[in-house]
Amino acid sequence: MNGPQDIGGRHGFGAVQPEDETTRFHADWEKRVLGVTLASASLGYWNIDASRHARESLPPAVYYNASYYEIWLRALENLLEAAGEISRDELSEGHAQRPGRRADRRLPAGSVAGVLAKGGPADRPGPDPVFAVGDRVRTRNHQPAGHTRLPGYARSHCGIVTAIHGCHVYPDSNGHFEGEDPRPLYTVRFDAVELYGADADPTLTVSIEAWEPYLERA
Amino acid sequence: MHDHPHHDNELDEMTARARALETILVEKGLIDPAAVDTIIDTYEHKVGPRNGAAVVARAWSEPDFADWLRRDATEAIASMGFVGRQGEHMQALFNTPEDHNLVVCTLCSCYPWPVLGLPPTWYKAPAYRSRAVRDPRAVLAEFGVDLPETTRINVWDSTAEIRYLVIPERPEGTEGMDAAALADLVTRDSMIGCGQPHRPATS
Repeated sequence: MNGPQDIGGRHGFGAVQPEDETTRFHADWEKRVLGVTLASASLGYWNIDASRHARESLPPAVYYNASYYEIWLRALENLLEAAGEISRDELSEGHAQRPGRRADRRLPAGSVAGVLAKGGPADRPGPDPVFAVGDRVRTRNHQPAGHTRLPGYARSHCGIVTAIHGCHVYPDSNGHFEGEDPRPLYTVRFDAVELYGADADPTLTVSIEAWEPYLERA
Repeated sequence: MHDHPHHDNELDEMTARARALETILVEKGLIDPAAVDTIIDTYEHKVGPRNGAAVVARAWSEPDFADWLRRDATEAIASMGFVGRQGEHMQALFNTPEDHNLVVCTLCSCYPWPVLGLPPTWYKAPAYRSRAVRDPRAVLAEFGVDLPETTRINVWDSTAEIRYLVIPERPEGTEGMDAAALADLVTRDSMIGCGQPHRPATS
């Protein structure tokens, strides 16, 4: 979607503020949001693509005014509300008004290490790739209103396939609970001059990962 | 209903908001607060950029391991015990004098958790996400990194579930150093492509 998250190549966001690597959190509430978000995933109501879509679906003015943990928290509230597990009344009251529906799927503390170590691999069996390493491809002018992982700055541009990763879960489908629909995944490399015009840094290339439906032969 | 009805008003807005959601979920039996504590402890104290530094130091020390990283970074890194969430599909990017690699996620905050831990705030913020793919030399200058004009910069936007670990060049003057000493030279930012390793202290 052409949402607030799609900011690659945009101007006006100011300078980067580096920070010491020993800093892990800036407030205790950030820690709780991290833990509650990961623990809630075990309830099984959403997948990683749907959770990203919940974050990018926040209103732009909210998204740009929020720290990333606030984005996570607001998206988590919306996901749990959509799942029918919590209500706005409960959020404003700060207490539950009725029991949870999937308490049987609660993540126990003893299972955390195993769940984190297992992760969520995205590779799947699927169709053979149409393109080969070295092929010149063009990204489609792909602008769905829903979730996609083709960034705006890389739309309708020519690049070179530099790697094939087999088939991966297709976010445009999975993010809307329409199935994993695995598609071949490629790394595509672009020259910055192709993406941004003649004034771009001639020594710069940018690589994205692109699912086959994002691409056509150039 | 509340013993202290004004209690939440004494908290800052985000603390109150986070606490409200956690309280509701615990009361509903949907999350175990001890599980939340365990997740926090994992990423606050156990999983962080020293994991990645050990991978880099080994790549500097053992050519066979470096080759394995090039061929199958997921397996090579897993052999050191660094596995799981947000590291399911790893790729190592080797810097050379000709090519510098820099990693970003313009669309959200994708980051290789098992080797680098949680992403720093700047990695998730709009300034870095917007500019890394367009003007990385200016971004690098803000990190105090000045690359030769002839060095190519390859930026990797993490748009899928592939996660990248930059292997910086081994600093000069490190001959004979063991892996533990080498790992101390490796900074988190150098494994994202936003910094260089420390130089060894001169004796």
